[in-house]
Amino acid sequence: MRFLETFFNGQVILNYLPDLVHAMGVTLGLAAATIVTGILCGAALACLRVAGLKVVNFFIIVFADIMRALPPLVLIMILFFGMSSLGLNLSGWTVIYIVLSLVLAAFSEEIFWGGLTSIPAGQWEAGRATGLSRAQTLFHITFPQAARRGIPPLVNRVLATTKLTALGSVIGVKEILSVSSSAQSFSGSATPLTMAAIAYLIIFIPAVILSHWIERRYHFAT
Amino acid sequence: MDTFIQTFFNIDIMMQAFPLLMKGAVMTLKLCAVVILCGLTGGLMLALAALSPRRFLRWSAIGFIDLFRALPPLVLLVFVYSGLPFAGIRLAPFWAVVIAFFLNNSAYFAEVFRAGINAVPKGQTEAARATGLSGPQTLIHVVLPQAIRNVLPDLLSNTVEVVKLTSLASVVSLSELLYNANMARSVTYNSSPLVLAAGMYLVLLWPLVRVVSRYQRGLSSSH
Repeated sequence: MRFLETFFNGQVILNYLPDLVHAMGVTLGLAAATIVTGILCGAALACLRVAGLKVVNFFIIVFADIMRALPPLVLIMILFFGMSSLGLNLSGWTVIYIVLSLVLAAFSEEIFWGGLTSIPAGQWEAGRATGLSRAQTLFHITFPQAARRGIPPLVNRVLATTKLTALGSVIGVKEILSVSSSAQSFSGSATPLTMAAIAYLIIFIPAVILSHWIERRYHFAT
Repeated sequence: MDTFIQTFFNIDIMMQAFPLLMKGAVMTLKLCAVVILCGLTGGLMLALAALSPRRFLRWSAIGFIDLFRALPPLVLLVFVYSGLPFAGIRLAPFWAVVIAFFLNNSAYFAEVFRAGINAVPKGQTEAARATGLSGPQTLIHVVLPQAIRNVLPDLLSNTVEVVKLTSLASVVSLSELLYNANMARSVTYNSSPLVLAAGMYLVLLWPLVRVVSRYQRGLSSSH
């Protein structure tokens, strides 16, 4: 009974439910913005890499490596604290959005590029032979196939990256975790943390189930 | 340009912060060793449970995996560190991190192991059993070696993720690399220690990321 009082206190739930619902909106908005920006940038970089310009490719590879090797929280802190001492005050939201988009862009570039290199050369040659330009072959023939192959790892990566929106709590973004942490210290009850966990489950359980479904479906398709 | 260098690449401040950051790096490595070992062991157990013919065991393992894949690791960590004391369980930061990441990592490693075991043809098990090996012997000598070889790149890339994850321990003030760097930043009012920490993470993880990349490319071209 004491357990219920501590982790599922009805009064506390009622008090903080509106704040938490609003915070879910912030998390979802941040996640959506990150997904769109990250995947588009990643796709653009992978296509750019097809052009085969040595210098450009060098920078793409270094960018992708660094973004995949560094813990996102380190990047977040550098951007958040460093920029403000340069006199450029970025909001917490902007910092999280930029860092997570860059990280997702790096991973999705690698996924799309891996897909592109696995497309048989015959596809390129056939496209060119029917009179399509190189760009047309890329956009109409090879990239769609590469994207299809990349869907299962991409879904997993999108999930992992959007879960990182919780890092916003470290620099004061009013998303689910930070709202519930401050509610926890105000109310002196662990209930807001339970609410946060449930809020994340409401968002991510469907996503995890969807990822299982996609994995099965595309496993047999390729 | 000069202020930029002074803010992010101040050599004097980096030199001053270096010993503190090295201390943090040692803690990070210690944490990694414990967390990776726990994650691998837990993941393997969970994967075997998720493939078990016993329905109850199978469904509870799958439920566990999906539950902890859906929760952000930082949420788990905050819950374990600041939620559990309300239930009378007070943990030192190190153990709070180990427990929270065990829950998260074992779910991820379980998915990897499960995929690897699934990719081993059934005939292998049948052949092993037909030659008189017991169930556990078949698993240890025939199925697992092939399964692990199948998913080695995924295991490695998951390990990179785990190392990156340990930076979250700074949130519960465990004095690992990022925490110490951030402390040096707030004392010096300068971001160079954070950049130095980033450099240290790169030294540790860039080679691994390269290996993962090469591995995945090699696999995709051989198909």
